Amino acid sequence: MSELVSAGPPLIEIQGVSKRFVKRLDIAGKIARRLGAGLEEETVHAVDGVDLSIDEGDVVGLVGESGCGKSTLGRMVAGIMPPSDGAVLYKGRDIASLSGDDKLEATFAVQMIFQDPFSSLNPRMRVEDIVGEAPVVHGLVPRKGMSDYVDEILTKVGLDPALKRRYPHQFSGGQRQRIGIARALAVKPKFLVCDEAIAALDVSIQAQIINLFMDLREEFDLTYLFISHDLSVVEHISERVVIMYLGRVVETAQAEALFAAPNHPYAQALLSEVPRLDQRKRDFQPIKGEIPSPLDPPPGCHFHPRCPQSFGPCSSARPVLKSIGPDRISACHLND
Amino acid sequence: MSVAEDTLEKTSSQRDGSAVPTLVVENLKTHFFTRAGAVKAVDDVSFSVKAGEILGLAGESGSGKSITGFSVLGLIDPPGRIVSGAIRFNGEDLVTASPERLQDLRGNRIAMIFQDPMMTLNPVLRVDTQMIEAIQAHRKMDRKAARQRAYDALEMVGIPSPGERLNAYPHQLSGGMRQRVAIAIAFLNEPDLIIADEPTTALDVTIQAQILHEAQALCRRTGTAMIWITHDLAVVAGLADRIAVMYAGRIVETGQTDEVIDHPLHPYSVGLLGSVPSANKRGDRLNQIPGMTPSLIGLPSGCAFKARCPRADDHCDATPEVIEEMPGREIRCHHPHRQEAGA
Ligand SMILES: Nc1ncnc2c1ncn2[C@@H]1O[C@H](COP(=O)(O)OP(=O)(O)OP(=O)(O)O)[C@@H](O)[C@H]1O
Ligand SMILES: Nc1ncnc2c1ncn2[C@@H]1O[C@H](COP(=O)(O)OP(=O)(O)OP(=O)(O)O)[C@@H](O)[C@H]1O
Ligand code: SF4
Ligand code: SF4
Ligand SMILES: [Mg+2]
Ligand SMILES: [Mg+2]
Repeated sequence: MSELVSAGPPLIEIQGVSKRFVKRLDIAGKIARRLGAGLEEETVHAVDGVDLSIDEGDVVGLVGESGCGKSTLGRMVAGIMPPSDGAVLYKGRDIASLSGDDKLEATFAVQMIFQDPFSSLNPRMRVEDIVGEAPVVHGLVPRKGMSDYVDEILTKVGLDPALKRRYPHQFSGGQRQRIGIARALAVKPKFLVCDEAIAALDVSIQAQIINLFMDLREEFDLTYLFISHDLSVVEHISERVVIMYLGRVVETAQAEALFAAPNHPYAQALLSEVPRLDQRKRDFQPIKGEIPSPLDPPPGCHFHPRCPQSFGPCSSARPVLKSIGPDRISACHLND
Repeated sequence: MSVAEDTLEKTSSQRDGSAVPTLVVENLKTHFFTRAGAVKAVDDVSFSVKAGEILGLAGESGSGKSITGFSVLGLIDPPGRIVSGAIRFNGEDLVTASPERLQDLRGNRIAMIFQDPMMTLNPVLRVDTQMIEAIQAHRKMDRKAARQRAYDALEMVGIPSPGERLNAYPHQLSGGMRQRVAIAIAFLNEPDLIIADEPTTALDVTIQAQILHEAQALCRRTGTAMIWITHDLAVVAGLADRIAVMYAGRIVETGQTDEVIDHPLHPYSVGLLGSVPSANKRGDRLNQIPGMTPSLIGLPSGCAFKARCPRADDHCDATPEVIEEMPGREIRCHHPHRQEAGA
């Protein structure tokens, strides 16, 4: 998208964003503490000092293993969860400082699509209202025009408008995901945050939805943050890929360059372990060890207990993200 | 009919070699008789697995993979029933076997690994207690020896400090660790056959790779036959010796892994493989199969893939029989060699 790089600010920029969750003690824990046990409420550093900027028209993939903070980061980018530290900027302005029409614009501009379309769709609302309500309430379309507008959007996502008076449970998983996408599109967003949006779907249906995302991008000039643990999907549709490990970004690069030659040892391990059709009867050479708990992340480089190349500084000093090539950053002491 | 006889013949002709199949399933039909009608979850399925061999059973949600596995284990409950067919395990027919006999085989000669390890693990018992019970249920062994065997099994599946894990309760272990304990339990009595039902689907790639590695190594070492059920063709491509692809209750294509992945013949296999992102050029539209999987209730006669198939014609209104292309390579389609338009 280099031809789109404009003088203006990026569409979305996050600066030094962190999110901490306090894990409250349960009753037994509270009693134990009162009796003098040294129990503290534990803090999860779900996202730990992340910077990221996304230009208009970009497709950014966000990958990493379970619990590394992808959804939390996605929610903050989408403006539906405030960060503990740092700022989220929409077109250069901190969304926390916006009000009135500006705030509404930013709210509509960024929409989120979730993994489980079922739990995010109100079971007692008809598809028509699920898709049409927000644009009517906020005056994007007149109430009289709602029915036609809903038909138009449903057609765009490949659903038969004749089904619009049905309820979500009357649809298959793939169709429900289309309803979720239609609801998001109905408010004319610029940016979609897709959080595992195809993970629950069958392979043949996944392909349909991936194609739909790519078509919609062309048609509406959409920007995407595509969160997935499925690296082959991310490789396929992203232009830029961000890899997280335990709350931190470890490498960001153009997709092609990254998949050709990952720099960070975790990125290397992760990419080599993705099952691929063209690898037969392979000898799996897995990286050892469990993913550490984010309640008690290892000091220094979070990856050091599992890293085959760990050396001197890794267990004590946090490696910072450094530029290691055009549009490419990595956080590893080997680059020092 | 002739298909079943062929399979039988092969079985006996191979008997002098070491390649007697551990499991032979012939024309298996398992249906659920629901109020809405009969769900033909497994409908005329035949396959076999040899000792030390890994068979990948692949297909999309609802295609009948799990029910095939449950049928072999004798775990079909009403309203479901094995309607017809044979399941021969080391030559013994399991369809007609008594519940006691099946009970004795399960967890002993045949083991299952589920997607959710808590289907195997008891949350209120320590790991060592459950493992010792699993051994002592099937053989006479004193507690000390059984505990040692449990220790060895945990070590074998790559669990660090097995001694500590033996004393843990399941909830004190991570998801990947629990699944490895479940795998260790499956291998405890050195079964002849393991049926693994999507055991890595819920796990992260690095943990999945560890488990695939352990499972593969164990099968090679112990000569256990394994059926690995999955919806992820890329997983079985790297793991299985042979692949069977299921669609709507039937196996539509079987063959050596390389054959099926590189030269799929059934239009559904072609479509499924084409829809995998890594099989496509980055950024290109994926090949998609139009439409969706049919309901298994009141499936119209003829080929179940007809409505989505680019090769369909009038012949396809008749249910296709299994064609044996060459030994071990079977297709259920009227037009296995017709090219798709534009392909
Ligand atoms: N509302 C919350 N309260 C407490 N902890 C939370 C909350 N949301 C997330 N966490 C914790 O923050 C960490 C990051 O969670 P997050 O859901 O962002 O991970 P993820 O990368 O999306 O994982 P997955 O791939 O499993 O979806 C996890 O340890 C999680 O348990
Ligand atoms: N108890 C039951 N009563 C009625 N139908 C059932 C029952 N159990 C399974 N089925 C049906 O049998 C069919 C095959 O189910 P099965 O669980 O074998 O699918 P699967 O291939 O394992 O799918 P998945 O990938 O989703 O696990 C499905 O259509 C399912 O709805
Ligand atoms: S900083 Fe050290 S431990 Fe971390 S990835 Fe680099 S080499 Fe490995
Ligand atoms: S039998 Fe006909 S409809 Fe079925 S897969 Fe073959 S060509 Fe397609
Ligand atoms: Mg998540
Ligand atoms: Mg299943």
